[in-house]
Amino acid sequence: MEFKWLVILFSFLYLGLLFAIAYWAEQNRHSRWVNNTYIYALSLAVYCTAWTYYGSVGRAANEGLDFLTTYIGPILMAPLMWVILRKIIRICKVQRITTIADFISTRYGKEPFLGGLVTIVCVIGVLPYISIQIKAISVSFSTLMGTVIYHNDEFSFFNDTAFYITLFLVVFTILFGARKVDANQKNTGLIAAIAFESVFKLIAFLVTGAYVTFYIFNGFSDVFTQASALPGYAELVTINKENGYSNWMWLNLLSMIAILLLPRQFHVSVKENCKEGHLKKAMWLFPLYLLLINIFVIPVALGGNLLFQDKMIDPDTYLLAIPVSNHNALLAMLTYLGGLSAATSMIIVSATALAVMLSNSVFMPVILRSKRLSATSTDNLSMILVRSRQTMIVLVLLFSYLYFKYISGQFSLVSIGLISFAAVAQFAPAALLGIYWKGATRRGAVAGIIAGFVIWFYTLTVPAMVSSNILGQSILTEGPFGISLLKPQQFLGLTSLSYINNGFFWSLFFNLVTFFVASFFSVRSTRETNQAEVFVDIFKYSTVYESSIVWKGTAYVEDIKSLISAFLGKERTEKAFGRFIADNNLDTQSAEADFRVVNYAEKLLSGAVGSASAHALIATVVKEDHIDLSDVFNILQESRQVISDNKELKQKSKELKIASKKLRKANEELKRLDKLKDEFISTVTHEMRTPVTSIRAFSEILSDNPALGLEERLNFLETITSETKRMERLINQVLDIEKMESGKLKMDLLPVQLNDIVNDAVNTVRQIARDKGIKISLNLLPGLPLVKGNKDRLMQVVINLISNAIKFCAIEQGVIEISTNSGHDAVKLTVQDNGHGIPAESQELIFEAFYQGRDQNLKKSEGSGLGLTICKKIIERHRGKIWVESSKNKGSIFTFSIPLGNLQ
Amino acid sequence: MKKVLIVDDEPNIIMSLEFLMKKSGFEVFIARDGSEAISIVDNETPHVVVLDIMMPKVDGYEVCKYIKKQKGLSTKVIFLSAKGKESDIQKGYDSGADFYMTKPFSTKNLMQKVDELTN
Repeated sequence: MEFKWLVILFSFLYLGLLFAIAYWAEQNRHSRWVNNTYIYALSLAVYCTAWTYYGSVGRAANEGLDFLTTYIGPILMAPLMWVILRKIIRICKVQRITTIADFISTRYGKEPFLGGLVTIVCVIGVLPYISIQIKAISVSFSTLMGTVIYHNDEFSFFNDTAFYITLFLVVFTILFGARKVDANQKNTGLIAAIAFESVFKLIAFLVTGAYVTFYIFNGFSDVFTQASALPGYAELVTINKENGYSNWMWLNLLSMIAILLLPRQFHVSVKENCKEGHLKKAMWLFPLYLLLINIFVIPVALGGNLLFQDKMIDPDTYLLAIPVSNHNALLAMLTYLGGLSAATSMIIVSATALAVMLSNSVFMPVILRSKRLSATSTDNLSMILVRSRQTMIVLVLLFSYLYFKYISGQFSLVSIGLISFAAVAQFAPAALLGIYWKGATRRGAVAGIIAGFVIWFYTLTVPAMVSSNILGQSILTEGPFGISLLKPQQFLGLTSLSYINNGFFWSLFFNLVTFFVASFFSVRSTRETNQAEVFVDIFKYSTVYESSIVWKGTAYVEDIKSLISAFLGKERTEKAFGRFIADNNLDTQSAEADFRVVNYAEKLLSGAVGSASAHALIATVVKEDHIDLSDVFNILQESRQVISDNKELKQKSKELKIASKKLRKANEELKRLDKLKDEFISTVTHEMRTPVTSIRAFSEILSDNPALGLEERLNFLETITSETKRMERLINQVLDIEKMESGKLKMDLLPVQLNDIVNDAVNTVRQIARDKGIKISLNLLPGLPLVKGNKDRLMQVVINLISNAIKFCAIEQGVIEISTNSGHDAVKLTVQDNGHGIPAESQELIFEAFYQGRDQNLKKSEGSGLGLTICKKIIERHRGKIWVESSKNKGSIFTFSIPLGNLQ
Repeated sequence: MKKVLIVDDEPNIIMSLEFLMKKSGFEVFIARDGSEAISIVDNETPHVVVLDIMMPKVDGYEVCKYIKKQKGLSTKVIFLSAKGKESDIQKGYDSGADFYMTKPFSTKNLMQKVDELTN
């Protein structure tokens, strides 16, 4: 008895905590603690309900791996979120759409009927789903008490904890989900509480899962090893080969659709989204969450099967029954509260979403249509709106409770969840194809949803009614009126799919077929065509939305303002209009409203009352004229023109940016060249000083010393001559380089044989080499292909390379090896010496004109002045390459290659 | 007999300097790069060093600093370099040189300076 009160105390303490969090978040609605991508990702985890928390274990224990599809589907969808969900979010932001019903209704021209239809399907599909959450709370409570209550009619409300919890949730949801008139405003408190619940249920599940796996059993492998002795183990851990894969595929598809279109998912992922960018992180955080919450499902399921082999324990309650049977009260309490959090988060968000749908898409259109109301002023409409939403919450939760009490006792958690998914999947063609295919029409959407819903009801709900004895068994076993083709669970003779998949497949099939056929054979209204354009091309229109809804007629600004202020208040209305008129450069004095103002007003209203009602309300203050489809397209063309002008401007500024970047680069290049030229001049003059110094010194010596001996005199004169020659060479080289740089040097390219050039070159330097005791060995490839080249210039290159080699050869036993070679696309010549080599850091630089290296005061090796620079330039004129390979004391190998391809 | 060390990497310039110094009665030492110069300075104490700047291995500034550090004022240093910029000359005096002369040079002026510094 005491324990029971303790549990009740903790339950309400937990709910109190939720209340506190929501309240705190509302007070700090602009804090980054409540507006961030992590909160957004966690709020998506409202997907994991009590059905996940308790039901996954139940499913895994009874049916094996199928439970995973509910999570694999959303994980598969996650990468597509950036494409699909972002588009939906953008459409809803631009048009202030807050529910899935409003979304579909707006796409097809804002007729109230479609919105109402979607709402009804949602209520029928989701209400049982809410009720099983209440059931989960109730069952978990009694499991915790140790009393097994499956179905207990005589159990009165007043003794039922679940009843009081439901009442609390009514209050909570009204306070945090339906206090504001403008449904488009963010419910920060509600989302913060949901995010907290997501964390809490995950932790509770992981703790209990770890307890079962590692404390009761001895780790994962122990559970699996022990369980493998159980009968039916193989079926539980494998996919049935016969039909398992197709069932698996359909179940995945089902949850892929559900993650987008379930009212509560639409609510958290679209309506409560503050920034499209939040999706980026949610795209991987949410799948991660799903992964984590599934880690211990199979161990707990198998563990439960092992522990309760001969006891009649419902597998749905394993997670809680295990700590209870081990008398671990603390853990049992944590597990129970985790389940409570999973259930309450789903109840709160679903009730909020359904209540907004019911009030905006069913209640308001009905009220607005009744003549009684349109006669009265619209002053009290906003109060009516809020009250209706609050009433809807009470009704939704009350009906859910009653459903739990009197109907859902018979079903396991599982089937209702999937049936609910299948109901919502009926919106997939209208909603998801509607944002990519302009040809989808309202009739197609209506017909598709109705067809799908009827089949859904027949194939999925009828069998459920049979199992709760509302209908007779015969319809399942023999078909209605004995027509076996119409057996709900094997509809049209399809036997390979499971009960759920059979229903899902056929409902979606008929839905799609009807949707396409009706779309092809129906004509779209002007307004519908207009919305189709805007929905499909939302990323083009989102900045100019108000001018993209085409409209013709007369309306007065004052009338519109007074209508809007009935919902939003005078101050907010004035502010919003002031900003809009200023932003769009509209005439502030004009009494007649521009069509953009009308569209803006309708959009403002949509946030509060839903698009269909907003349209109806606006219609009361404006006189709308008929408009042709061609007008629609003309005006859309104009608003697109605005966009493309904008794009052109952007393009222009981009081009400018590129041009200025190019200029900057060219400038830098010029500066670099200028610096190189300066360096060149200063080095050339410096280089010239050396021979001039010798010439001057010896000239002075000769003139100051008339008595010099003949031999000495001749020696000095010879030196002067050779230094003069050196000077001459330098001048010629500089002129060569200048000519080549400026392109003045003509170089006729004719077919030449490189081997001949090498022979000629060697002949001219042979004597010098012989004098120095250097041996030149030739290794010329016979039949070397011809290349296009300039014989004299190539000779210059070869002589230069050999001269360098002679200079740098080993002083004793110098050897120079010259070889020619032919690759598949070029001929090569190498000159190898056995000198002391060139350090790696200089190997590139020696081809630069007088490059001094990092240290301006250290002289680099002699002979490398301009010769190699000229060689490089000559070879480059032949489209070839020249390079050096060398290492210390191993000599150097100079190579140039000339491509064969240049001979054409 | 006074000693002179000629440091340069151009054989013809060395040849001319050697002729001039011998004619003036110096005992002549020759180094073809900075490190060679340092090793000669280690063994001998020349009265004057005629020093080029741009040389392989160790540059003239470093050699000058080394000489001044080892020998102090007893060894005079004359830079004889093709580097003629104000900053190069300043750097030469900063490293302790007694005189800085640019190439091409006047043989008379050089010998005058050498005599001046060694007497």
